[in-house]
Amino acid sequence: MRAFRKRRELRSVVNRTSAIRSNDILIFSTMRNERARLEYFLRYYRDLGVNHFLMVDNASDDGSREYLRDQRDVSLWTTGASYKRSRFGVDWLNWLQMRYGHGHWTLTVDPDEFFVYPFCDTRPMRALTDWLDASSIKSFGAMLLDMYPKGTIDAVPYSPGQNPFEIASWFDSSNYTIRKNRLYGNLWVQGGPRARAFFSDVPERAPALNKIPLVKWHRSYAFVSSTHMLLPRGLNQVYDEWGGEKASGCLLHAKFLDTFAHKSAEELTRGQHYANSHEYRAYHDVLQDNPSFWCKWSEKYINWRQLEILGLMSKGNWA
Amino acid sequence: MSVGFVMLVHTALDRAAQVARHWASRDCPVVIHADKRVSTKRFRAFMESLSDLDNIRFTNRHRCEWGTWSLVAATQEVSTVMLREFPDVRHVYFASGSCMPLRPADELKDYLKQRPNTDFIESVTIEDVPWTVGGLDHERFTLRFPFSWKRHRFLFDRYVQLQRALRIRRKIPDRIDPHMGSQWWCLTRQTLSALLEDPERATYDRYFKQVWIPDESYFQTLVRLYSRQIESRSLTLSKFDFQGKPHIFYDDHLQLLRRSDCFVARKIWPHANRLYETFLSNNRASMAGSEPSPEKIDRVFAQAVDRRTRGRSGLTMQSRFPNEGWENGQTAAPYSVFQGFNCLFTDFEQWLTRRTGTRVHGNLFDPRRAQFAGNEAIYNGALSDCAALRDYDCQAFLISLIWSTRGERQSFQFGPADTQDISWFLAKDSNAQINVISGAWALPLFHSNRNFSEIRKEAARLQKREGEHLNVLRSPYTKARVRIWTLADFVHDPMSNLQEILDEAGPRSARRLTEVPQMIDMTGFGQFLQNLKNQGMKPVLMGDFPASNEVMPAPAIPAKPYLVR
Repeated sequence: MRAFRKRRELRSVVNRTSAIRSNDILIFSTMRNERARLEYFLRYYRDLGVNHFLMVDNASDDGSREYLRDQRDVSLWTTGASYKRSRFGVDWLNWLQMRYGHGHWTLTVDPDEFFVYPFCDTRPMRALTDWLDASSIKSFGAMLLDMYPKGTIDAVPYSPGQNPFEIASWFDSSNYTIRKNRLYGNLWVQGGPRARAFFSDVPERAPALNKIPLVKWHRSYAFVSSTHMLLPRGLNQVYDEWGGEKASGCLLHAKFLDTFAHKSAEELTRGQHYANSHEYRAYHDVLQDNPSFWCKWSEKYINWRQLEILGLMSKGNWA
Repeated sequence: MSVGFVMLVHTALDRAAQVARHWASRDCPVVIHADKRVSTKRFRAFMESLSDLDNIRFTNRHRCEWGTWSLVAATQEVSTVMLREFPDVRHVYFASGSCMPLRPADELKDYLKQRPNTDFIESVTIEDVPWTVGGLDHERFTLRFPFSWKRHRFLFDRYVQLQRALRIRRKIPDRIDPHMGSQWWCLTRQTLSALLEDPERATYDRYFKQVWIPDESYFQTLVRLYSRQIESRSLTLSKFDFQGKPHIFYDDHLQLLRRSDCFVARKIWPHANRLYETFLSNNRASMAGSEPSPEKIDRVFAQAVDRRTRGRSGLTMQSRFPNEGWENGQTAAPYSVFQGFNCLFTDFEQWLTRRTGTRVHGNLFDPRRAQFAGNEAIYNGALSDCAALRDYDCQAFLISLIWSTRGERQSFQFGPADTQDISWFLAKDSNAQINVISGAWALPLFHSNRNFSEIRKEAARLQKREGEHLNVLRSPYTKARVRIWTLADFVHDPMSNLQEILDEAGPRSARRLTEVPQMIDMTGFGQFLQNLKNQGMKPVLMGDFPASNEVMPAPAIPAKPYLVR
């Protein structure tokens, strides 16, 4: 409903949606000034078998728009409107999903989020969505897993096209807290390196890590706040409450690269982020001393099986 | 020509065609029924693609729906065609479009040739069927099911309820003894034709038309009337998950499928290119002579069911967040909690580490910071020692710690000065082994250099908090293994008490106690307690200490006979 109003803020740059076939897997994404990351982002998801990318560019001025325009499987919209007032891009994407996502498996991710699911090294995403279809499951949860480098964040520069996890290959394995959101029925996961380093005095303000990025879209669905929760509520039930484990994945978060300090300063001045950008304010304060997230208990990323053994994700009954 | 395949297909026709071609070109005739929902155009193309093979037939198309009679009707039809068109066929093998041969056709022929009169069909009496999902087992045969479970779930459920309420029962026809089993069978011509040509067939058909999921019971029941020799197992490898839905095989199951030695497997994911390439190729290593042994791969799928239904105990995560009481183990492993021990003994933590080889933490719930073993700021799983982070969710803190240190037993100190929010969680956790020396908190006060009025106040506070904690530990909800001594009781015989604790902690500590921790000096403690009393505070938790003088035991000389040896 909001999304419908906000649709006017979007201006089409290139629309290749006519090429979408009926069972294609689609990616929806908003971004701003992510030129360096886009190359690897597109390659990663093409390799997983994503068929089409629907992207919203929020006033980039670093050539991202031009780069995306020339990709054959990308449809691009642009807007100069406020990120904050579109509820952090959710309104824009909800509109595009309503319009183009209906009946498709849709993955909603930022350009620094990389989807990992059980058997992702041997089975394409189509295998997962087919299995979800066969099991009558409509949404699939994937926790945001913050990845960071060993040493200071800016020690190793990221070069375009590079796998960001060659640099940021470490993560926290078991320091997360979960509570249940009674209103929407979703879980609220917090913790990880950001809580540890930035929010140790105000843990309740640590960013939410729960996400439900993969959804068999219906035009009546809507993301409520980023991809943390959805409506109708039943879609948020991606966890089991009777002792069992449902299948789930992770979104590897390549935020903490050398680009981060610059980005957080920029975001702070724009003031376009959640809760008065307190998150970025916290980052900025700590970043003055150029911190390192790494500790001797950090885990080095190997593959999805490692994440499953550590209990960060689960195969559920997919075998 | 000894075995013929009858196939029911409805999706992934290209794969079905590949498999049909594989069998047909190896001299096994194939009769195919395609679902009515397949568009005429696609069906034509499908027929066209197989037109060069003269031992493939297609039957009339019906609309088939899961769990209904239509599937049985289609099976009857393909079987009839098979028996009529290919008189040389001795065994008829029932397969679907998502089946795939795992072993060369010749091996299957040989196998069946050696068992010319055996019917391979899983056929189990309904009393013994453990796998039915949805609660309908016997009632499958005694109620009527006119509504589709998939499309009209509401009507389906209501109608079942209605029949139960009215106690309506159908009469099971004579000679019918309901059996169930996997629908993927392999029957001999004799049995199958007897079944299809029985004069009573109309009666049976009429009955089974209103049975729930007749494709799992029609042949399985009737075959009992005609068969000479039944092997109650399916030659097709098919695994089901906890909802009764078949597991799907992917490329990464290749080795698993090879090892199974089964003849046919389903369901295969249509895009599993490597599986199709491998198993449909000509040059495959033969597994001649070996019996099919699906149990080799059972483990993998049993694990999947277990993970989905019971999960890993002691794990909370994004897709496992059990309601209270459903955790199946609140924490992942046993651990020990010691309350008061580090007040009584000066070097208790070091001593316990030496004695047990477990990881011994200080007061994890200290209000200033979590005192991890080795005084670390960050511990296993990147847990922070920050008190605010810990207290934000102290249960998650402990669950995470125990989870991430699986394989190494953890112990930690606890006391009334610590954050008490974890109290109930500890009490209810069956993995917790809690040892309390009540009142021991008074000893540091006794030795402290503070004003007595301050000490009195602090003593009252700690006594109240410990009292509350002990009430929790003694509540009927407690599942932890709890031992509580008063300070007086404990110091009376510390050696045997310590021995008792260590005996429980593990094999390494099974040896006799040879070294005791250093006990704090208690000279004058009785008088100290008396002073507290005189100031108007009543110390109750430490037991009786005579005010006058001293009842100190001598821990250096072990009193228990078994300690001397």
